[in-house]
Amino acid sequence: MSSDEKKIKEIKELSKKIRLNIIKMALEAGSSSAHIGGAFSLADVVASLYHSFINFSKNPQDKNRDRFILSKGHACLVYYSILKEIGYLNEEDLKSFEKTGSILLGHPIKNLQKGIEFSTGSLGMGLSIANGIALSFKKKKVNNRIYVVMGDGELNEGSVWEAIMSAAHFELDNLTIIIDKNGYQQTGTNDEIVRMFDLEKKFNSFNLHTETIDGHSIKEIYETLQKFKDIKKPCVLIANTIKGKGFSQFEHDNAWHHKVLTKKTYDEALIEINNQ
Amino acid sequence: MKIDSSKIKLFSTIGPRATFGMTCLELIKEDKKLMLLTADVSTSAGLDRYKKKHNDNYIDVGIAEQNMIGMAAGLSTEGYNVFTTTFSPFQTLRCCEQIKVNLGYMKNKVIMVGLASGIVLGTLGYTHCSIEDISVMRSIPNITVINPADCLEVYKAAFALLKYDKPAYLRLTGTTNSPQVYNDDYNFEIGKSIVLKKGSMGTIFCTGSMVHPSLIAANKLYLEKKIDLQVVNVHTIKPLDVVEITSHINSSKKIFTIEEHSIIGGLGSAIAEVNCSLPNPINQTFIGLPDHYGEGGEYEDLKVRYGLTEDSIYQKVCEIFKSI
Repeated sequence: MSSDEKKIKEIKELSKKIRLNIIKMALEAGSSSAHIGGAFSLADVVASLYHSFINFSKNPQDKNRDRFILSKGHACLVYYSILKEIGYLNEEDLKSFEKTGSILLGHPIKNLQKGIEFSTGSLGMGLSIANGIALSFKKKKVNNRIYVVMGDGELNEGSVWEAIMSAAHFELDNLTIIIDKNGYQQTGTNDEIVRMFDLEKKFNSFNLHTETIDGHSIKEIYETLQKFKDIKKPCVLIANTIKGKGFSQFEHDNAWHHKVLTKKTYDEALIEINNQ
Repeated sequence: MKIDSSKIKLFSTIGPRATFGMTCLELIKEDKKLMLLTADVSTSAGLDRYKKKHNDNYIDVGIAEQNMIGMAAGLSTEGYNVFTTTFSPFQTLRCCEQIKVNLGYMKNKVIMVGLASGIVLGTLGYTHCSIEDISVMRSIPNITVINPADCLEVYKAAFALLKYDKPAYLRLTGTTNSPQVYNDDYNFEIGKSIVLKKGSMGTIFCTGSMVHPSLIAANKLYLEKKIDLQVVNVHTIKPLDVVEITSHINSSKKIFTIEEHSIIGGLGSAIAEVNCSLPNPINQTFIGLPDHYGEGGEYEDLKVRYGLTEDSIYQKVCEIFKSI
């Protein structure tokens, strides 16, 4: 097995663990409901990022660490899941999800000791913060990178486009934007709510470098993010994903955007994910 | 910079915005990590010299205030001492939720400078007036709100905020050739109100551009009517100097709040929140802008129309004391 093949296998294994963590937390949330669909669609991207790209550190003051912003904060389950896998969170933390007094609510709350650097949840804000950080890295002449994940629905927010314009203007080539393009937002498809038209063309016309890939192909995610490191422009990875990807009952069913996970469905999901 | 009477006079002549710009040339000497952000208003913020001299510590984000607050927060997390500048309505209400999340919720230290607040830009209409900013900013947890009384206080507040560790809103009111409240250097401390005139019959709590006319009116009231009012400069509206303010209220028969801001949610409301929770609240008169968008016009005319001059403050106080 080549080293790349080995990496891909490891990332797939990590994606599986992430999805298992997500359903565990969703079950814990009980009647509070959980944002499952958009967390599942991101599992492969997030696993790849943390496995091979983000230089994370257990020390929140470590100057060499890269930064990650989950701008679509409602997908926090995927974030908490990876933070558990890399050792920031433990099983008990995950069990506290959305419970009174928990540090893990339905949108991430800044908690440096737990690896959460930014509070997000109100859409359309993450990229501007990333711009400020990317510009700081440039001014300090350091090579850290910053990764921001946004949803396709999130692109409805006008503030996103202020930030896109700014990223291009300041030539933030240390910035990678990932769009989780699962085609849905809360109450319907993007096409029903606000059409995106040619998204790649849109980003490129702002003078960003954009590539569209299968957001569940670890190979494509890996190779494209690798390539982005050498591109002297802010980069956008449009990850075509399936909302709920990983469990057949969740896939393409937008009811799972935010829904109560019953024990019965949890058990079915557990079997299906474990068998993958 | 040595603060002497000629410097104080110069500040007053050039007005609060140019004073702020001039102050930035001093702030950077204190902290090389100062980062000035603007949203295409460098000249209005008095930053032209600073921009030329310290371009590495200056960022123009364009007319994109929401992005400015986000970038400011990002720069702040990386250790920069960030000040943002634009006209008050765009500095506050335009990007209100970014302020809530990025500064209030995450506690990132960014100092927002709201230029030309109040009704000084009345000839441009109410898009450019800012009569709601104190109310909105002070309702966001963790945001400090400061409205300096004169140009020297703009300088003093900017220095204090450079060393402050919390996000804050610095509200600039008044214009060029603005009156001096202070003729000499003095001690400025965030959160500590300042008694400018002692008095036994009541207290005027005032802020920003209304401090000077309040003081003049109070002096005249004493000389001509023997109405002896205390005048307190409440430069920091949040956190409010609750202990001192409570003591002033308790020693007053009447209290007045005077501000170039809507009577809803500003200084008057902040004082009322303290006053009405006391065992024996004191009757309070709110002087400020009414809850409407009226006709625009020149600053001096609008101040007359809305009772924000020394004469109208004098008259109002006389009326109130006549009726007691």
